[in-house]
Amino acid sequence: MNNNIILAGVGGQGILTIAAIIDLAAMKSGLKVKQAEVHGMSQRGGAVESHVRISDREIYSDLIPLGEADLILSVEPMESLRYLPFLSRDGIIVTSTEPFENISNYPNLDEIKRTINRVAKSIFVDAGTLARDVGNVKTYNIVMLGAASPYIGIAKERLEEGIETLFQRKGKELVDINVKAFRKGLETAGT
Amino acid sequence: MNNQLLLGAEAIALGAIDAGISGVYAYPGTPSTEITEYIQRSNDAQAQRIRSKWSVNEKTAYEAALGMSYAGRRSLVCMKHVGLNVAADAFINSAITGVNGGLVVVVADDPSMHSSQNEQDSRVYGKFAFLPVIEPSNQQEAYNAVHYAFELSERVHLPVMLRITTRLSHSRAIVVQDTVRLQNELHPEVDKNKWVLLPANARLNYARLLDMQKQLVSFSEASPFTRRIDGEGSFAVVAFGIAFNYVMEILQTNGLNIPVLKISQYPLPEKLIKEFFDAYDTILIAEEGYPVYEELLRGYFDNKKIAGRLDGTLPRIGELSPNSIAAALGIPSPEIRPIPDIVANRPPELCKGCGHRDVFEALNRALEGYEYKHVFADIGCYTLGALPPFNSVNSCVDMGASVTMAKGAADAGLHPAIAVIGDSTFTHSGITGLLDAVNDESSVTIIISDNSTTAMTGGQDSGGTDRLFTICKGVGVEEHHIRTIVPLKKNFENNVAVLKEEFDYQGVSVILACRECIQVVGRKKKQKKA
Ligand SMILES: Cc1ncc(C[n+]2csc(CCOP(=O)(O)OP(=O)(O)O)c2C)c(N)n1
Repeated sequence: MNNNIILAGVGGQGILTIAAIIDLAAMKSGLKVKQAEVHGMSQRGGAVESHVRISDREIYSDLIPLGEADLILSVEPMESLRYLPFLSRDGIIVTSTEPFENISNYPNLDEIKRTINRVAKSIFVDAGTLARDVGNVKTYNIVMLGAASPYIGIAKERLEEGIETLFQRKGKELVDINVKAFRKGLETAGT
Repeated sequence: MNNQLLLGAEAIALGAIDAGISGVYAYPGTPSTEITEYIQRSNDAQAQRIRSKWSVNEKTAYEAALGMSYAGRRSLVCMKHVGLNVAADAFINSAITGVNGGLVVVVADDPSMHSSQNEQDSRVYGKFAFLPVIEPSNQQEAYNAVHYAFELSERVHLPVMLRITTRLSHSRAIVVQDTVRLQNELHPEVDKNKWVLLPANARLNYARLLDMQKQLVSFSEASPFTRRIDGEGSFAVVAFGIAFNYVMEILQTNGLNIPVLKISQYPLPEKLIKEFFDAYDTILIAEEGYPVYEELLRGYFDNKKIAGRLDGTLPRIGELSPNSIAAALGIPSPEIRPIPDIVANRPPELCKGCGHRDVFEALNRALEGYEYKHVFADIGCYTLGALPPFNSVNSCVDMGASVTMAKGAADAGLHPAIAVIGDSTFTHSGITGLLDAVNDESSVTIIISDNSTTAMTGGQDSGGTDRLFTICKGVGVEEHHIRTIVPLKKNFENNVAVLKEEFDYQGVSVILACRECIQVVGRKKKQKKA
């Protein structure tokens, strides 16, 4: 078992929460984990990424080599393309469809979607709408985690446990709504 | 003990708590900040009364750590690589005095300059000071290395440097905790000759330090962090610190069987290296940062046996990566899909609602009509005033340089001579420069864009909060030329007028532009709710 995941988004969109859940789930599954984060300068409305590596053998590099990511999980459509050189030949992009437009030259959204479709196997998720359906827009990132969960290489039960562990401190209500968001994402991507 | 998922920085913090430190001293700086923050948040550290408040700069931090060591207790001091420039005087001389309680200095380098103005390699400083340096390659080693470094420090009575880089500091892995050691009792140093660096003493101490180098080499020869990976053929790799990870990654994925020697402790283990070198025809040197040891091992008359950063086998600048190592090992690069042209950059920007924005807007307006529109800025969020839409900033060099550069330019006849500096940077190293300007009656306008925090590095407490007026007055700036403004849209006209008035004043003026950082405001609101 060996899985390389790039998490992508814009500062503040919650990709480190996704990373933390995958980390916990991987640890619970008895796997080794390495997860490189971006701190500092890039957080101010800039692109953020995290390299998550899970494996049953020793993981050496904190960084995923180019061309070896099995999954790009992006919470923003344009950001999913920024890390394309990392994607392996049969890797998959799972991305949300909602753009985060904090720059004046943000490209045409349809063209972004066409490009994603052209360059890789991909799944689009309208995470914003789904999160609102669940009842809390802030579960946006967890919807995305759910949608990408079949490609993470960890049982979904472990991922749900990860959500519980992470949100426990904040109360049962938040745990439940995030588990719901996770399932909603999974359901949508599965169909 | 339990397994935890920790950043490299956090692993070091936990290691230090477990190794029985009595205090951590630090000034924030990416990628070192999380070490101190972990200790500040730790319940264990609080229970053990480990002192952990932020210092005003790296020099004060280092000296306080040295004082704690003098008193017999273990102390940790952390900084980013350029911070060691600021602390260098104390650092180098503490090698001449030596220490009493263990003193470990963690320096976090930032190759590729992810959030820094250079990529200097702190191992050079270690060598320069004749001190032992440990360079862990992963999070577990980082944890273990702290224990080891404190033991070594007390054994040889010298400060020990732990050198890490961004990638290790900001990457998580599972760390297994080791034993917990109690803090040292207070036992102040009694040997005055050791600590009073009058030339007569210093000469003796320096000679002793040089004599000790052999002993330090023997510690490196027996380092618990050395690893030998067996392999075949006449080509081999010497990998230092984190470079080992990339080498092993490539060997693992490509099923290569190349001998590797991993070195994680300096001064170089001479025997070990020599034996390894003698066994192979060609050797790739993989080190993160400057080609420090590659240069040394090549020697002045290059023996042509070595490949590395100096001959282009590896890139001369920037962080190593699995792919750069793969290329150096002759593995064809994988077929990759390039980033599509459609992808636009997202340059970092000042937050909506940030007071620095209003400072630059007012400043740009106030400068209209002047022939020279030069603004000496400094390091912090407000450096982004150099980018559109402001384009207001002409310089950013090192912390505190705005004040003194404005002074020097004013002395040369530039008018107006304007500095823009953050509150934390001002207390870090702007105050002394302000005193120079006052003493010289230079014609400068110093704008302190005061957001009451150290925002750039994540919002740590700032050393002079609520006391900047008093500080400037105390330094000797005339009271009616210390002007306080609030950088808000509604005050725009007034702020422009104040700036213009002070530009016209032939002397030192300080503008305190005070408005709390919007991120901190948000965080406080959240905490209140919770
Ligand atoms: C010698 C040195 N130490 C630390 C840093 C890291 N650093 C960059 S900016 C900054 C703080 C800036 O705080 P402040 O001046 O208050 O400005 P703000 O970011 O709050 O606007 C720090 C600690 C550095 N670049 N150089």
